[in-house]
Amino acid sequence: MDTYYHPKDLPKFAEIREGAPELAEKFFDYYSAVFAEGELSQREKSLIALAVAHAVQCPYCIDAYTQDCLEKGSNVGEMTEAVHVATAIRGGASLVHGVQMRNVAGKLSL
Amino acid sequence: MLHLQTAKNLGSNLYQVPTLETFKENLAVRGTDLTRGECTTLQINVGLLCNQGCRHCHLDAGPSRTEIMDAKTVADVIELAARFRFKTIDITGGAPELNPHILTLISKLAPLTDILMLRSNLTAIAAEEQRGLLEILTDNRVTIVASLPSLNEAQAEAQRGKNSFAASISTLKKLNALGYGRPDSGLELNLVSNPAGAFLPSTQAETEKRFRRMLASKWDISFNNLYVFANVPLGRFLAWLQASGNLENYILKLAAHFNPCTLEGLMCRSLISVSWDGYLFDCDFNQALQLYMGGRKKHVSTLHDLPAPGTAIAVSEHCYTCTAGAGFT
Repeated sequence: MDTYYHPKDLPKFAEIREGAPELAEKFFDYYSAVFAEGELSQREKSLIALAVAHAVQCPYCIDAYTQDCLEKGSNVGEMTEAVHVATAIRGGASLVHGVQMRNVAGKLSL
Repeated sequence: MLHLQTAKNLGSNLYQVPTLETFKENLAVRGTDLTRGECTTLQINVGLLCNQGCRHCHLDAGPSRTEIMDAKTVADVIELAARFRFKTIDITGGAPELNPHILTLISKLAPLTDILMLRSNLTAIAAEEQRGLLEILTDNRVTIVASLPSLNEAQAEAQRGKNSFAASISTLKKLNALGYGRPDSGLELNLVSNPAGAFLPSTQAETEKRFRRMLASKWDISFNNLYVFANVPLGRFLAWLQASGNLENYILKLAAHFNPCTLEGLMCRSLISVSWDGYLFDCDFNQALQLYMGGRKKHVSTLHDLPAPGTAIAVSEHCYTCTAGAGFT
């Protein structure tokens, strides 16, 4: 194994059923239901998925949802904005913990 | 045209992709085939000359192309349309507006059919105002089928060339002002959206809804219907797929989305396609491969009968495009 990630592995995702088929069925049924048209359009859900894929830094998901966003009619500008949303939340999540730092420092400091 | 010739000379399947089943084999495995139904549509390609050089064009049309339908062939086509009453006549190109006989063709064909359609790239049509083309189109109630791949300027121009987006929006406004795409005008304006790359289009209903909302809110533009089409891996688009390393994944994706339910409604089942020089094909895409109707080169002037229902349709691996997903036709 020369790399942990390989593009050809993505289509093998369904093989995960072999270990625990009942759990896999539940997961994939849920997954399909999540991405079906609802209050949010499929295009909007795909953009959210793309942003989350960057937040969790999953190369498989980034590959899959970049293609899916394009196929749902999104453009690179919209997709880049979605990635910035993930970036802002990730960065903001670090920065907002600065409040805890300030609380502790405040308690300890003269 | 080099890449077309290259494609024609490929081996067992058109794209030489080892894991790709040929389209014929795919049909045979499923115990089906692709044959004609009743012939109701005449499609006329009036030439490969175009003012644009779109990167997804299956015919490699562009400003340097000189192949254009001449007066004699135009007369032959009109004679054919008079002999057989087609429900729909579909004029395409290149940019059909640039054919010098386009006004004659439209005015002579309009009385011979229920629906006369002109496919437009939205930039050539405006430039032809001086010749009275828009007047002829409105007078004859010609349906305009206009290409607009994306609502995003960068994405649209990546496919259709620099400055094409603003020009297209301007033309759509002009057509709306004439009544095209406006309610109860009787002047139909339909849009066509092809993906700007090696990926499948979004669903037609979803795309139409979004285009309708965005075009109305941003530019007060309305239209009747929107159709989505997958890009056919032929011509300039094939050359780009090859150069960019996308060909194998793209054709395999089309094949993986093969849906046998699409076969019955394919346009090639009800259409004859005439090339700029008057030869007959089962569809416009087959023109790019010189895949003649009935397997032999036949001129429109020698056609005595329309192809009968049950006649075999010439197919190759590019046919995976029209049969993918919900189908594109």
